[in-house]
Amino acid sequence: MASIDYPLDRTHRTQREFSFSETLYRWVATVDHKRLGLMYIVTALIFLVIAGLMASVMRLQLAFPNSHVVGPDTFNRLFTMHGTTMVFLVGMPFVAGLSNYLVPLMIGARDMAFPRLNAFGFWIFLFGGLLLYFSYIGGGGLSGHGSAPDVGWFAYAPLTAKAFSRGASTDFWILGILVAGIGSVASALNVIVTTVSMRCPGMTLTRMPMFVWVMLVDSWLIIIAIPPLTAAQIMLLIDRFLGGNFFNTQAGGSAVLWQHFFWIFGHPEVYILIFPAFAILSEVIPIFSRKPIFGRPAMVGAVVAIGFISLGVWAHHMFAVGMTSWSNTFFAASSMLVGIPTGIKIFNWTATMYGGKLRLDTPMLFCCGFLLQFLVAGLTGIMLAVAPFDWQLHDSYFVVGHFHFTLIGGLVFGLFAGIYYWFPKATGKMLCDKLGRWHFWLFVIGFETTFVPMHFLGILGMPRRIYTYAPDRGWDFWNLVSSLGVIVQAAAIALFIWNVIDSLRSGEKAGDDPWDGWTLEWATSSPPPEYNFEKLPVVRSSRPLWDLKHPHDPDWKFEQ
Amino acid sequence: MALLQALGAPLPEHRIANIFKPLATPAQSEYHIALLVLAITGAIFVVVAGLIVYTIWRFRRKPGDDAKQEPPQVYGSNQIEVAWTVIPILIVFVLIGVSARVIASVENASPPPGMLKVTLIGHQWWWEVRYPDYGIVTANEIHVPSSTATYLELQSADVIHSFWVPQLAGKTDLIPNRTNYAWIDPREPGIYLGNCAEYCGTQHANMLLRVVAQAPDDFKRWTIEQQKPASGNAAFQSLSCVSCHTVKGTPAVGKFGPDLTHLMSRQTLAAGAITNTPENLRQWVKDPQAAKPGSLMPSLQLTDQELGQVVSYLESLQ
Amino acid sequence: MAQAQTFKGDALTLEQGWHMPDRGTVGIAFLIITETVLFTIFVVAYLVYIGKSLSGPMPKDVLDLPILATICLLSSSITIVLAEHALKKGHLGSFKLWWIATIALGLEFLGATGVEWHKLIYKEHLTIRTNLFGTTYYSLVGLHASHVIVGMAFLLLVMAVTLAGFPIHTQFRRVRFLSWYWHFVDAVWVVVFTVVYVVGR
Repeated sequence: MASIDYPLDRTHRTQREFSFSETLYRWVATVDHKRLGLMYIVTALIFLVIAGLMASVMRLQLAFPNSHVVGPDTFNRLFTMHGTTMVFLVGMPFVAGLSNYLVPLMIGARDMAFPRLNAFGFWIFLFGGLLLYFSYIGGGGLSGHGSAPDVGWFAYAPLTAKAFSRGASTDFWILGILVAGIGSVASALNVIVTTVSMRCPGMTLTRMPMFVWVMLVDSWLIIIAIPPLTAAQIMLLIDRFLGGNFFNTQAGGSAVLWQHFFWIFGHPEVYILIFPAFAILSEVIPIFSRKPIFGRPAMVGAVVAIGFISLGVWAHHMFAVGMTSWSNTFFAASSMLVGIPTGIKIFNWTATMYGGKLRLDTPMLFCCGFLLQFLVAGLTGIMLAVAPFDWQLHDSYFVVGHFHFTLIGGLVFGLFAGIYYWFPKATGKMLCDKLGRWHFWLFVIGFETTFVPMHFLGILGMPRRIYTYAPDRGWDFWNLVSSLGVIVQAAAIALFIWNVIDSLRSGEKAGDDPWDGWTLEWATSSPPPEYNFEKLPVVRSSRPLWDLKHPHDPDWKFEQ
Repeated sequence: MALLQALGAPLPEHRIANIFKPLATPAQSEYHIALLVLAITGAIFVVVAGLIVYTIWRFRRKPGDDAKQEPPQVYGSNQIEVAWTVIPILIVFVLIGVSARVIASVENASPPPGMLKVTLIGHQWWWEVRYPDYGIVTANEIHVPSSTATYLELQSADVIHSFWVPQLAGKTDLIPNRTNYAWIDPREPGIYLGNCAEYCGTQHANMLLRVVAQAPDDFKRWTIEQQKPASGNAAFQSLSCVSCHTVKGTPAVGKFGPDLTHLMSRQTLAAGAITNTPENLRQWVKDPQAAKPGSLMPSLQLTDQELGQVVSYLESLQ
Repeated sequence: MAQAQTFKGDALTLEQGWHMPDRGTVGIAFLIITETVLFTIFVVAYLVYIGKSLSGPMPKDVLDLPILATICLLSSSITIVLAEHALKKGHLGSFKLWWIATIALGLEFLGATGVEWHKLIYKEHLTIRTNLFGTTYYSLVGLHASHVIVGMAFLLLVMAVTLAGFPIHTQFRRVRFLSWYWHFVDAVWVVVFTVVYVVGR
């Protein structure tokens, strides 16, 4: 009677040992979405540690007033490279890596739509990242100026003009990111085509897992939001190399035009970055609450709404630029509106947990951390959306606190939830849950200690991007507290890295479905074979494995 | 110090620039809307965080629980979902309405006739301050009369800077090839600290700003003092100081660096990087890069004799 | 693309009506979307800077309507459709003819652009650095021309392999995707022409 079969590949083929060069070739030349996904994620984690070390140096410098740990030029390069790395070389590859690894598995496909484009996307991203870092060596330029770029991660004109940024450091910023951006668009295109064209039989769009929905909208945002950045960067290159006047105020050009173009990219970009966390939470919370996601249609609708509205809020980064009161009011309004679907998601996640049986294992702990911290971040976001309040908070440490709450308190916590959840699938081994808990609690304590005080510093008038400050401005105490939190965060990350290494070596065997999951990736072995499924699955609801495990109470009896 | 002597009554210095202690109208309206937003978001936080924490606590799996038994599979609830969509929309509409009002009141305020006009021009890494009606050019300190409004025209000579004196007003950027406007009306006399609030290069951190609000009579006296030219000095004129600096009344008409005509009337040097003391002044002229590395004033490698002559001349520029 | 109605949970085979959109079609559609956004930003920059140049030659002083080039480029969209139809019906000779016509018309467009730029640079002294008009003009028209060149490269590739005997009819899908790209390039030209030569003058 049961027509839905779930091929569980239990044959353990004995693999012969590959030599080092064979192994290297198999990874370098791979077009398999799982390998490429892992390569993206590992690269992102490496860049996360590098950029984290940069942040640690900055916090060391700022721990005390009038400090001399690093000079202004070094500090300015540090915050530029820290921001650029975190956004483009950590956040974006996580988007690509997670969607590349999981989307084909979740929709019952064998690979992405364009496997070679997939490989191209990864390698060009890596090349872009290396090009950016090459600036440390190659950024000398004609007059020996510069090394790494020091113009801030949003590189405002005309600071980036040849006149004010001599040498080649800014050019490395432009080219590295431009090239990496091409990789992002390629990957996003691949995800869209895969999702639209390669779902297994029975998987209508409405039956797709939430993770896939979120990453689909994310990919849409990427292909729409990255081109404005690419265009602006091409214009900047034309200015710097060909004497163009796009942002040359001497020739009548507009410095504000760069800001418009950059933020038309930049605001959707931050939603692009956070969506993987939304996607992960929408998978992990139901499994660890033992209940389906509350209000699936609304969750999908909310993600689509966020995608659309986020394209219309960009000038809330420009409230101080002197736009008309009409423009300021419009962008304040749209920025507040985007908070509504976001809030709805938080409510729905909580409602999923309500009435459930919560297993507070490490993935779920990180989800709980996300919920509370992202709530705070969203509320400080509303504060920033209210333009008159923003006139005080803009470009101060309040904003730094806000976006680290969204990105670390939100995104990174969500990513850790996902890593602890899917590590068993990808490697066949469980991560140690006890170490995971230590990791979680240390990270929470360290994170809050570092970033809560930043809100106070902003209120006390401390601007962003300053390498030092005078004593008795009222900033000493909170800066010291903030810097101390770094030590605890570093300990947490070190624990995590140790957990990964140790679990890879001798972790508990995971089996196909360690968490009692409901989506298709748990219907194959851990790690999955290269072809993913022996027979392509056929589904009847959004929780195919629930249907299989509960034949007397399947979802397709209740879902529309 | 020269400043305090000239002013008579000592001015309170507000070194802690707390945006929740506004001392002028723009900052005040921003403060009031901030309180409203904080109240609303605070309430939302208490409710939602409370619900989240309660949920985690109440429904966590306990040791005796039967792991096999799944809880009731609830898919959603239209009523609840509509409610928690409509309520936030209403809250947002209230916030939009209030924001629109405050935005208009701060931005669209037009200067009443007779209001003091100041032109502020941002440079890498100092502020040029001009009083067109008085013919005064000074740097890094904006003197204004207290309890009346001053209208600021904001421009930039190079990259984007931002005017931010937290206790007086929110930020407005100084953008090249564009004029922005801001206004302040400090309630009481005092010295209000601010920083450049848009990253503008190497020494962005040391581009401080002071608004010196004086009682109207004191302000009048200050303008008269500032309008007086200074007398020249051979050593200063012969060295390359004049290529960058202006001293009104002398052949020194350089425009690249701050106007030095009344240097000694200022509290600090190098846009707030160091206080204006004889020792600091000497150190600054000898080697600007030590105090403000990356600043665009080069060290001129003066001999001790030249240095002494220049510094004593500068000390005479009251 | 069958949806929920077809699947009642009975014995189901892959052949029974589960049709997903073609990968290549979706891929090229989204490529065109992303490229459209790229062009939009350059068009916006052009529009924003109309009339804002502080000096130098102005559009109405130096721009002539490129009528012939436009006719050629837009006609090449027609010839490429005719080539496609010929290929679909298996008329290889007609296909080659219309394909060559498409290439020739595209080359004329590129040549005309080159001639125009030569005149602008050497006679009118308008370069990319002269003023805002120069910067935005060369950037926008140049971006479009670069896309024509890329399209041309692929057209020539198809031409080369066809003449060398490769059975091009087996790649009909890919030829169709190329023709869509070519239509996109033409559509962009309509916008660029309007913005630069009509509105901007």
